[in-house]
Amino acid sequence: MHTNTTRRTFTFGISAATAGLAASAHPLSSLAAPGNAPIGANKEFTPEITAWVKIEPDDTTIIMVARSEMGQGNFTTLPMLVAEELDCDWRFVRPQYVEPNENLSRGNAWGDMTTAASISIRGSQSYLRKAGAQARYMLIAEAAERWQVPRDECVARDSVVTHAPTRRTLRYGEIAEAAANRPIPADVRLKHPDEWRLIGQSIPRVDVRDKAVGSPIYAIDVRLPDMLFASVWACPFLGGRLRSFDASQVIGMPGVRHVVAVEDTAVAVLADSWWQAKKARDALLIIWDPVAGKGLSTQTLRDTYRRGLDADDAAIGRRIGDSSKALSQAALVVRADYEAPYLAHTTMEPQTCTAHVRDGSAEVWAPTQDADRTLLNVSKTLGIPASKVIVHKHHLGGGFGRRGLAQDWARMAANIARQVERPVKMIWTREEDIQHDYYRPMVLARQSAGFDAAGNLIAWKVRVCGPSMLVGLSPDRLTNGQDLEMCNAFQNDDMAYRVPNFEVGYVMRNSSVPVGFWRGVNHSQNGYFRECFIDELAHVRDQDPYLFRRNLLSEAPRSLAVLDEVAKRANWGRTAKGIFQGIALVECYNSVTAQVVDISVDDTGQLTVHRVVCAIDACYIVNPNIVEAQMQGAVAYALGAVLYGEITLQDGKVQQSNFHDYRALRMNEMPQVETYFVSSGDKYSKDWGGVGEPGTPPLAPAVCNAVFAATRKRIRSLPLANHQLRSPQ
Amino acid sequence: MTTAFVINGSNVEVDADADTPLLWIIRERLKLTGTKFGCGIAQCGACTVHLDGHAVRSCQTFREDVANRRVTTIEGLSANSDHPLQKAWIAEQVPQCGYCQSGQIMQAAALLNANPKATRREIVEGMDGNICRCGTYPRIIHAIERVIGET
Repeated sequence: MHTNTTRRTFTFGISAATAGLAASAHPLSSLAAPGNAPIGANKEFTPEITAWVKIEPDDTTIIMVARSEMGQGNFTTLPMLVAEELDCDWRFVRPQYVEPNENLSRGNAWGDMTTAASISIRGSQSYLRKAGAQARYMLIAEAAERWQVPRDECVARDSVVTHAPTRRTLRYGEIAEAAANRPIPADVRLKHPDEWRLIGQSIPRVDVRDKAVGSPIYAIDVRLPDMLFASVWACPFLGGRLRSFDASQVIGMPGVRHVVAVEDTAVAVLADSWWQAKKARDALLIIWDPVAGKGLSTQTLRDTYRRGLDADDAAIGRRIGDSSKALSQAALVVRADYEAPYLAHTTMEPQTCTAHVRDGSAEVWAPTQDADRTLLNVSKTLGIPASKVIVHKHHLGGGFGRRGLAQDWARMAANIARQVERPVKMIWTREEDIQHDYYRPMVLARQSAGFDAAGNLIAWKVRVCGPSMLVGLSPDRLTNGQDLEMCNAFQNDDMAYRVPNFEVGYVMRNSSVPVGFWRGVNHSQNGYFRECFIDELAHVRDQDPYLFRRNLLSEAPRSLAVLDEVAKRANWGRTAKGIFQGIALVECYNSVTAQVVDISVDDTGQLTVHRVVCAIDACYIVNPNIVEAQMQGAVAYALGAVLYGEITLQDGKVQQSNFHDYRALRMNEMPQVETYFVSSGDKYSKDWGGVGEPGTPPLAPAVCNAVFAATRKRIRSLPLANHQLRSPQ
Repeated sequence: MTTAFVINGSNVEVDADADTPLLWIIRERLKLTGTKFGCGIAQCGACTVHLDGHAVRSCQTFREDVANRRVTTIEGLSANSDHPLQKAWIAEQVPQCGYCQSGQIMQAAALLNANPKATRREIVEGMDGNICRCGTYPRIIHAIERVIGET
């Protein structure tokens, strides 16, 4: 096993620790000291063979990673894609994060750095595999030239090029520097999946060791010389403003250095240690002005969204035929209103960011899903050129969508740090984290469906109403000011059921409650609405919910195959006494996922979720062990939400504050999770499917459908904690 | 006012206010960041350390609680980061984001110290104070059972 102890190759401190190098991680301060090494120092010492690969003389193979590791394993799987085509020895691979400033200055050499929409593998695989192949061609070309032999007599494998006829060999490390000078071939042949040696294997993750030994890899662990610590208090009224604060009680407290306003929405205390900052923050006298938060409550929002369901300003996301007409002619009409609450993310690592602003430049240490967005947000906040901002990306202690498009925590850290000369590490309390989230939106849905006299489903109409995430976080994705993504799970590309008359419309009603991307995004609430309503339709027609769905998928073989697999593996319809099942199917991020949940409900109404069977078609599975973990994780995340998850507001303030009243799923509530792959390769799509999110959306409806099977109670609002599953005797 | 205690086998004397949680003494005074902040109210377990071999939530443990006692953090669980649980954690590929895992391992270590042949039910009862948002619970159980099986 090659180890590389030359610091020169690791410009950015955290990369060394995260590469799983040595037994004990370097103390962070020595590596992360500002100005320690100039940008691009790597290039001088270790030449690139394409932008993605650097090979040291001892064969250490540095593979660049543009996306962010937040537990989904892409710090391992993205390098696997490169390494597959590169034909290097996996043991020599050291992943390293791309620095967004360098990406920017090199004209986006490493492409998109976004980690959202389950996009890491599916969005990168074609160019990562290509880069690996290009690098391999260049190495072979170099070796062939040295030997003066034809290239097709050379084979590259496990970091060695061999000239087959003469058995001469050259290690990659011996020829890397020269190979880097060769032209990058425009056209390369990629391996056929049958030739894969790495892809499809459960390669152990490169970050697991650090995470099992407490290595200081997280942004919250950053230590810098002369660092100050900040504890913040943001306006508890969502949409409110800071009116004034009195620091006189606080400024003399031990360790307290500064008390500063953060724009007009928060106050930060800066001290020699975080605990001292937090204590002082708790003692601050602050006067807030509720403004838009005045009168804002879950009930007023619910009333607004309910009225919105009848409004005529719906943005139509999809229309087939004429559902209103078909409904008016239907022999049987079914109607139901549904509601999904705001949800918090509660990443285990609370929001944190360290920033150092000086001399018209900024250096930031961030747990970010989108390092390029962090850079741009800090640049814009400080009014300095992007070229003057360096972002050190850290493995996230949880993302789930909290730290991607929403960069509020980065802007806040910059706004605090700009007011002092020293570096500042900002850490939010858990209460701040829960009360200042970008919540999964609360949405109300009204659905109607019609059957003809023969019992065929002829119409389905959907209206959803709630706030738009895009308006606040990505207005560039609006269509004529409308957020059609709020119709996801009911669209052409993510709803496979065939209904001759169909319509989905979204009515936008925004408020000052910040909303953002939660795992599964719109497929989370819309998946629940859709898969519970279709279950209602099945039961109205006295049909098996699995078979009812089957009949609507005759033209959707991909979804049908996944649904059939999950039903088979779950022994659908053949359960032990007292066990009831629910089924759900969701298409999202170019994957298809179906789940069957086995539950029981005792006489007191206590629900136990015993098992979740998942079937997923993500086209190709790069690392099976990682995907199984993702299915377990997605189920756990969704199960906590369906059982307990709800963020409620009263008088403009979020009522929940910590894990005692915003419950997370615990070990004793975790069901058994089985995962089955229905990998369709390139049969239906030339693109691959995502795996980070698809396991989440089917879970809530599958559980609720199972609850109906067990109790005949239809759950049309979440969470389940608000429902009494057994009527009092 | 200084407090003397032993941390990972070394004697230390720390000067801190009486209400400073051990968590922050560990992270900021002693610069051992393996122990994590997750909630501050002993609800999540990310801050779990050993006090004389017993698991405690360091966010709700204070200076006076540790005077002249032995504290062990994840960094001190084993000499070469090769405690059987850490090896099992790697073999079973337990961590995802990893942030809760120091606390999980420390809790598991105390559990096995007290009950080396814990049943699955006892494992779950002993571990359910530790939250994992990534849902690594099934693999945590497997890793603990792996160690029990190997002992």
